[in-house]
Amino acid sequence: MNGLRCCASAGCLARGSGALIGALETAISRAELGDRIQLRPVGCLGPCSQGPLLALDPDGDLYAGVGPQDAETLVAALARRLHQGSDQATPLEWAPARGERLDLRAPFFQRQRRIVLEHCGLIDPTDLEQAIAVGAYGQLERVLQGWSPERVLTELQRSGLRGRGGAGYPTGLKWATVARMPGARKVVVCNADEGDPGAFMDRAVLEGDPHRVLEGMAIAAYAVGADHGFIYIRAEYALAIERLRLAIDQAVRRGRLGPALFGTGFGFSVELRVGAGAYVCGEETALIASIEGKRGTPRPRPPYPAERGVGGKPTLINNVETLANVAPILREGADWFAAIGTAGSAGTKVFSLTGHVRRGGLVEVPMGTSLTTVVLEMGEGAPEGSAVKAVQTGGPSGGCVPADRLDTPLDYESLQALGTIMGSGGMVVLDQSTDMVALAAYFMAFCREESCGKCVPCRAGTVQLHGLLERILAGSASRADLDQLETLGAMVMDTSLCGLGQSAPKPMLSTLRYFRGDYLARLEAP
Amino acid sequence: MSVRTLRIDGRDVASGEGTTVLEAARDAGVAIPTLCHLEGLSPVAACRLCLVEIEGSNKLQPACITPVSEGMVVHTATPRLREIRRTVIELLFTEGNHVCAVCVANGHCELQDRAVDVGMDHARLPYRFPDRPVDLSHQRFGLDHNRCILCSRCVRVCDEVEGAHVWDMAWRGEHCRIIAGLDQPWGAVDACTDCGKCVMVCPTGALFHKGDSVAEKHEDPSRLAALLQARRARQEAP
Amino acid sequence: MPVPTKPESFMALEAVLLRHHRSPDSLIEILHQSQNLYSYLSDPLLRHVATRLKLPLSRVKGTASFYHLFRFQPPARHRCVVCTGTACQIQGASALIEAMEESLGLQMGDRRGDGWVSLSEVRCLGTCSDAPLVLIDGTVGRQQSSDGLRRWLQELEP
Ligand SMILES: Cc1cc2nc3c(=O)[nH]c(=O)nc-3n(C[C@H](O)[C@H](O)[C@H](O)COP(=O)(O)O)c2cc1C
Ligand code: SF4
Ligand code: SF4
Ligand code: FES
Ligand code: FES
Repeated sequence: MNGLRCCASAGCLARGSGALIGALETAISRAELGDRIQLRPVGCLGPCSQGPLLALDPDGDLYAGVGPQDAETLVAALARRLHQGSDQATPLEWAPARGERLDLRAPFFQRQRRIVLEHCGLIDPTDLEQAIAVGAYGQLERVLQGWSPERVLTELQRSGLRGRGGAGYPTGLKWATVARMPGARKVVVCNADEGDPGAFMDRAVLEGDPHRVLEGMAIAAYAVGADHGFIYIRAEYALAIERLRLAIDQAVRRGRLGPALFGTGFGFSVELRVGAGAYVCGEETALIASIEGKRGTPRPRPPYPAERGVGGKPTLINNVETLANVAPILREGADWFAAIGTAGSAGTKVFSLTGHVRRGGLVEVPMGTSLTTVVLEMGEGAPEGSAVKAVQTGGPSGGCVPADRLDTPLDYESLQALGTIMGSGGMVVLDQSTDMVALAAYFMAFCREESCGKCVPCRAGTVQLHGLLERILAGSASRADLDQLETLGAMVMDTSLCGLGQSAPKPMLSTLRYFRGDYLARLEAP
Repeated sequence: MSVRTLRIDGRDVASGEGTTVLEAARDAGVAIPTLCHLEGLSPVAACRLCLVEIEGSNKLQPACITPVSEGMVVHTATPRLREIRRTVIELLFTEGNHVCAVCVANGHCELQDRAVDVGMDHARLPYRFPDRPVDLSHQRFGLDHNRCILCSRCVRVCDEVEGAHVWDMAWRGEHCRIIAGLDQPWGAVDACTDCGKCVMVCPTGALFHKGDSVAEKHEDPSRLAALLQARRARQEAP
Repeated sequence: MPVPTKPESFMALEAVLLRHHRSPDSLIEILHQSQNLYSYLSDPLLRHVATRLKLPLSRVKGTASFYHLFRFQPPARHRCVVCTGTACQIQGASALIEAMEESLGLQMGDRRGDGWVSLSEVRCLGTCSDAPLVLIDGTVGRQQSSDGLRRWLQELEP
């Protein structure tokens, strides 16, 4: 069957994919080909910077920038090919008036390895049957019908999967810890707060393949002995919220969530909790407080959520992408997964590639892929007439990798050694026009605004650090101010209560490490 | 109750399981500075003044909530910690408007005492001179936000001990502020029982008796602390 | 819709409260719904929520004020938002803020006294490939230029 898949994720929708889908629908029904051409709104197809994106089946071609005015000619071309006799892909004789057919041999596509995103862009995320047809909830069923929770835990541990929310904590170990906790009622939380500015991996997964995340949560619940789950999602993600609500409803009605799943004694329900604009609520103890209807202020750990989480119950918290890896790991086996990526960082990582880069969007690559590959080959480097100066990873908790270190492999430890972190997957490319001191001030302003205000070093320290950076920017700072900046930065990292304060000075310290000259050039003459 | 033996600043200490490092240190005669902590109230570990070094861990731990464990070796007054405490106090002084010379709590202020303890004679960071209000709407008490260090002791005592929950922390980050009711004048909040416990536990001159003038606030939080301690002990008794 | 001030006027909220079993755990969800229904969180509305959930007033206001998305005054008729996420920031968000401030005669974060327009920022809308972005009355302006933005603002209904 001929098929058209049009991206209906937030990025392409903003670029007019809604109108394109509407025009295609009209054209198909006018040509009375509704039963021969299947039109599907799907999740992210990758190169968002070129949307709206349209994929053609069975050819596998990908078109970029197609407008609604092209719908008629496209459907006509498809009709001609259908009349010629077969669904077999004789190349389609069609070229859009606007937009282009993308060369799928480009590194942007060739270098990807899609595991988390394997079905994103293939299925209609609002149609549970399509998800089931490609295997959704199949691993949940298999596990419930023959596996002990211990076996799931062992498999996860052997896979080497580490948390994709930033810290890289071994997932299997976290699950095993929660599983060991006493208590009949435990909770699984999916962290979909995705607060790092410049990051949209989790949004793409939730918009494109929400059932994969729900399945991951249900399997986690079975493994740790939980019966209830929460998804905490940021309010800014209106479309993802809508898709998730629908997905949960559908899964419940189809017996994929709820009591006595697949005829077993195991039941699991999921509730959606929408944030209200607070970055710090991505931190797990703040997230718990927010789920409980309180101010989203972190509290000291221990006790860890595994011991005392939502409502005092043992709680497992995992990131969206972490949970999206669960089903494929069980399907293909731990060894398969462990063989992808590097020894310490197994599997793939999804990055949102943005900033000063020619080709931006969502990419999934094996861990250990170098930044050169991602930024210069896949992203095709900085725009005409400019050059890459650095790449920012890890958002407000991360740092910069300077251009001469782009050969660094993307794995947890290598990035850490450079003074940044893998983070959740935001990757912002900075070209020569970027003022690194201004960038440091930008991130400090972010942390200053997002500090919950509970502990003194973060609440008052970020304000003072931001003030010092502003002084340097204004050219009225002295050498002593620079020293003050470094000492106070170290103090805030050492003494803050939660990860926000503990990493707030990192983007600044990282630019000081690699672009110290930019700072010195701005100091007042002594 | 089983006993844990540990070393604090070179002294051997034996403490019951579940004791905090702060309590163990106090029993051993080692003073660790605190501000947000008040015995009998739930701990929040927010001021970070009581951070200590524990051998084998490179993360500093707040003594007020860290339980003792067997063989623990604690340092409470290393040069690094002294420097940190001084900076914490400086951050607090520069954040508000603390003019001791005209304050009701002059001479009886925990912030002032801590500043003396840590040897903060001047601030290396710039003063921020925030514009903050004073609430004199309550018949007997006043609240001067300029002197508030956001320790939340008033919030906790009103909720956990008096059960009135007049106060709460509102807004966030540098905009955090203690509010009464729906951010109303204190005097307009019906829930207030006029008990004065919040005034009693306030470590600075932020909450005060209206009659008091300079240096007249003689609240002794340790008196209330002893009371709360006794109350907690009663509650915990089987 | 005129905002009610008497508790008995908040009937539309009753269904929401029941759906959440009047549980304090659902405070944030209930505040979201309250704001959707009545456009902002007025004092009488907060008082009503506190009473129905049996929560102290300061707890409700303290929680609501922690979160950026809750409003305590009526929203402006036109809402102008600039994305200041990292991708937008390095690709010209500052110039867009300047254009907004100039054209509207407002500072970032302000709302005009007569309630005609407000100017605020958001930290990343999650569609960074189109940076820099603005959002006016819910419509996204992508790869927005300052000139285009100035023209757009001139067309806002008075
Ligand atoms: C300030 C702060 C913000 C965070 N924001 C997020 C977030 O938006 N999404 C996320 O998954 N994890 C976030 N984290 C990390 C979480 O606390 C937690 O480690 C993570 O959700 C655990 O899941 P994982 O093990 O699957 O990575 C944040 C941490 C901090 C300190
Ligand atoms: S480090 Fe910052 S965000 Fe974290 S608890 Fe302290 S003030 Fe709040
Ligand atoms: S008013 Fe006093 S007790 Fe209350 S938070 Fe401020 S300083 Fe602490
Ligand atoms: S007394 Fe321990 S953190 Fe304040
Ligand atoms: S930075 Fe503006 S949309 Fe992400």
